[in-house]
Formats: sequence, C-alpha cells, structure tokens
Amino acid sequence: MLDVLKFKNPRKESSEGKGRIAIDEVSITFGSGADKHVAVETTSIGIEAGEFVCILGPSGCGKSTLLNAIAGYVKPTTGKVDVDDVTVEKPGPDRGMVFQQYSLLPWKTVYENVAFGPKMAGFSRANSGSTANTFLELVGLKKFGSRYPAELSGGMQQRVGIARALANYPSVLLMDEPFGALDAQTRLMMQESLLDIWRKFGTTVVFVTHDVDEAVFLADRVLIMSAAPGRIIEDVKINLPRPRSTDMASDPEYVRARQFCLDTIKAESRRAFEGQNT
Amino acid sequence: METALKTEAEDAEPVSEQSKAPAFSLPPKPALAVPKITPAHLSSLGIVALSLTIGVFLWWVVTEINLDLYINFENVPSPQRVFTAFIAHIQTEIFWTHIGVSMRRILISYCIAVVLGISIGLVMGRSRIARAFVMPYIEVVRPIPAVAWIPLAILMWPTEESSIVYITFLGALFPIILNTLHGVEQTPEVLVRAVQSLGASRWAVFRHVVIPAALPSIAAGLAIGMGVSWFSLLAGEIISGQYGIGYFTWDAYSLINYQDIVVGMLVIGFLGTASTAAVKGITRPMLKWQERTR
Repeated sequence: MLDVLKFKNPRKESSEGKGRIAIDEVSITFGSGADKHVAVETTSIGIEAGEFVCILGPSGCGKSTLLNAIAGYVKPTTGKVDVDDVTVEKPGPDRGMVFQQYSLLPWKTVYENVAFGPKMAGFSRANSGSTANTFLELVGLKKFGSRYPAELSGGMQQRVGIARALANYPSVLLMDEPFGALDAQTRLMMQESLLDIWRKFGTTVVFVTHDVDEAVFLADRVLIMSAAPGRIIEDVKINLPRPRSTDMASDPEYVRARQFCLDTIKAESRRAFEGQNT
Repeated sequence: METALKTEAEDAEPVSEQSKAPAFSLPPKPALAVPKITPAHLSSLGIVALSLTIGVFLWWVVTEINLDLYINFENVPSPQRVFTAFIAHIQTEIFWTHIGVSMRRILISYCIAVVLGISIGLVMGRSRIARAFVMPYIEVVRPIPAVAWIPLAILMWPTEESSIVYITFLGALFPIILNTLHGVEQTPEVLVRAVQSLGASRWAVFRHVVIPAALPSIAAGLAIGMGVSWFSLLAGEIISGQYGIGYFTWDAYSLINYQDIVVGMLVIGFLGTASTAAVKGITRPMLKWQERTR
C-alpha cells in the first residue's frame, strides 16, 4: 500500500494543518409564514484541523442541513461558517463531499470520475490521471478504473466517491451518511477502511450518521443533535486509542460513550414525544 | 426498440468481460460495436421473413379474388404489378429526382430542427423564465397538424420549397424540444451538487452533468422527430411542389395510376424507417455507458 502523504500534492497550497471549521451563530430556516420550518436553531461549534467529528441524530433533525451549510449548498439564514478563516459562500473543492449513494457520474468511468476534480482544477490530463490512479489505489480499486459506476457494488461505489473527493486534496471531508445504504458487513469494512484512509490523509472529517455505534467507533468527538428545532445538545469526546479496530466494542470507554449517546438520544426522544402530547 | 437495445447490451457484454482482466492505468478506447450474428438474430430474421411473406401472400390473395367485403380491393393493385412498376421506375431518372428532393428537404429541415430544438429545450430546462415564456407557444402550436399549416405556409414563405421545408421542420421541432426539456428535468440534483464540490463551474455542470443526463431522452426525441418530419414532409409535398416522393404518390392518384400509389407509399415507408434507423445509429455511441450499465 502506498503512502499518500509521500505522494507529492500538485497543488501550490498544502492541505496539511488546514481544515479548521468555525460554525458561528448559524441558524437555518426554510420557507416563510405558516410553512416556516427551523431546520437548525442558532448553533456555534468549532472543529479543529484534522479532527474526526461525527454528527449523530435521528432522521430529519437537521444534521444534513448543517453539513450542507459547511459544503456551501445551503446558505445559513443567520450567522456564518468559516473554514480556515474564510467564510463559506458556495461549494468548492476544498470541502470534499461524499453522499449517501448514487453520486458518481454514471456516464463517466470510475477513473474519469476520480480524475474529474483535478481536471476542473486545471491540471493536465497526465497529472489528473496519475492523481486519479493514486487515489483509486488508496481505496483499493485501481483495477476497476475502466468500469462504469453501475458495474460496481454499493460499497465499491462509495469508495470511489471517497477517492473522488480526496483527489482534490480537500482540507475538509464532508460525509453525509455515506455508509447508510450498505449492508452491515460492508459497512463495518468501510468504517475500518475509512479510518485507515483518514490516518494516512489526515484531513478534517465531518461525518453525519444516525448510527450510534458508527459514530462512537469513528469519531474523536460526537456531536449529538436533537430534532425540531435541530440543535446540538451534547458534545461527547471519545477517548479511544487509535488505530481503532472493530474488537474495541467491548472496551470500557467504548461501552461508556455508546451508553451515554444512547441515553442522551433516548431522553431527548422522550422529551420530544411528551412535548407533542401536551 | 426495447428488445433491440437489450440484444445490443448482450453483445456488448463480452467486450466488458475482456476489459476486466488487465489492470488499467487509462480507460481503454471503446471497442467498435460490430454486431455479432447470433442464433437469436438468425431466428428473429427468419420470423421477419416469414411475416413479410405471409403479408405479401395475403395481399396477393385479396387482389387476385378482387375481394369486396365492405373494404373494396378491386382497384388495389396486386403485388406483382406494384413490383413491376417499381422496377420500371428505378430505371428512370425522374424517380430518383423525386427521392433526392424529398431527402434533401428532410435533411435541411431536420438539421435546423435538431439545432434549434436541442438549444431551446436546454435553455427551457435550465431557466424557469425561458420555460414559462416559451411553453404557451409550444402548447398551442404543437397540436396543429402539418396539413393545417399548408395554406398559411404558402402565404408566408416566398417559395413553395421554403414552405415545404418549414412544415417539415415544424414536425420535427416539437418532439425534439419536449424530449430535451424532459431530459434536462431528469438531471439528478445530487450529481449537480457533487460536481460543484469538485470545483465545476456553471458551464462544466452543464457540459458534464446536464447534457449527458439529458442525452438518452434527447436521442429518443431525435428518433421521434425524424419520424414526424416524414409525416409533415408528405403533407407539404402532396399540396404543392413538382418533385418529391409525396408529390409522386399524389400525382399517381390524380393520373389513376394505382400501382404507383403503392410504390410511393412503400418507398416513403422504407425511407422513413431507414432515416430513423440512421438517427439511432448516430446517437448510439453517445449512450454507450447505458448499455454497459443496463
């Protein structure tokens, strides 16, 4: 396996030590009048460069909306998101995005999909191509470069999605339930493989999930979000050593963190449920 | 059409099987699609031949016995008379002129319809304002049949030739616009977002996402448009002009030359099918990814 850090980043600016995110008094509201819906209530949070942060919460709690605000797809109604002291205005290659599924261009081969970002950045065909191969090798799919995405399994497609985002040397990797559509075995394998890639690549990761085990296994910090209106109710530090492996499920720290997250979510759901009934 | 595409996908399969073996550093050049003749092909060709034989035989029977059973076949020429007339015609220069003139009209009007139709469809698909502005005209004008345009076309256009080309063009235009529009609307939003996050400009989004996503629908529109342009051409040629296969057919009726009517009809049918097949053949390489992923 090659070490990507040794691969010379063709970009002028290195992504090393970058990827600090500051969410500053951000609230996001959709619609107006009677249809007004507060997706994210005023939230401030800081994420350090190189940190692996999971946003954990039930479906519809606004965790994806918050992620989309960092990506630049959604403009905050109030407040701002800064990445390395630059306010996010629109999507850009410095913030790589991995979606839940079906986000590869079906008319481009796997290789062309990964080479797309470097090509957009103005690199030559040869340069984009060697970058694509490096990252396909990183995710173990170099052999499949000439295939079309639909010829690959769901897990393989997601690995291509990760390679495609990383090929831009982003300072931040944003992942929106990337393994949510995969079966349990593939999902475990993908989680380990993601940690492996992250260890080599060292970018900041913001990972959205509704799976408590996934969040605790992956993250340095788990931000627990609650629904209606969406807000961060807990910021849980996970003190598990790295590199992590799936046998840590019995580690006391893992058990403690997992139980704490579950209890928080349970208490919050109960509160929301009782709130609906009164 | 469905079955045709499926057999092609099966043909394409061995190509992709081969490409699995070596480790690639570059995507391979797409293999030339040489349709292989398989037993399945031969048997469907056999069925086609059988079907045509039965059809011609029944035609021969009803003309031979001069069947008059509500529908009257007494004046319908028999297959052998039509065939003889056809052989005689293809030896005359004027017959080829008729065909040539019709083909030229189709080519001119279809090319204009393709360029305008795809452009209008793309703009309408990406701009709400353009869509709202153009849609009422499409809604009102599209259901007007080609024949209904003839009087106005003759009044509007300086020459008969230009009015025929105009009517033909209109026929092809609407299916192409509507299919392009439909295709653009199919663009998955997640793909637009994905390439925006890879640094794609507005133009790159259009070029690498919107147009490829719309291509299958555009290709269908182009094939339909070709068929409709033949409908419209015939309407135009029957009323005006001195040349063209539609004129030839109508003229045969005026001259009580019944076998030539059928010759004209069959030639029109053949040309229409052949040109639609040509359009499909030209668009197919652009949809290669669909065959591989079906």
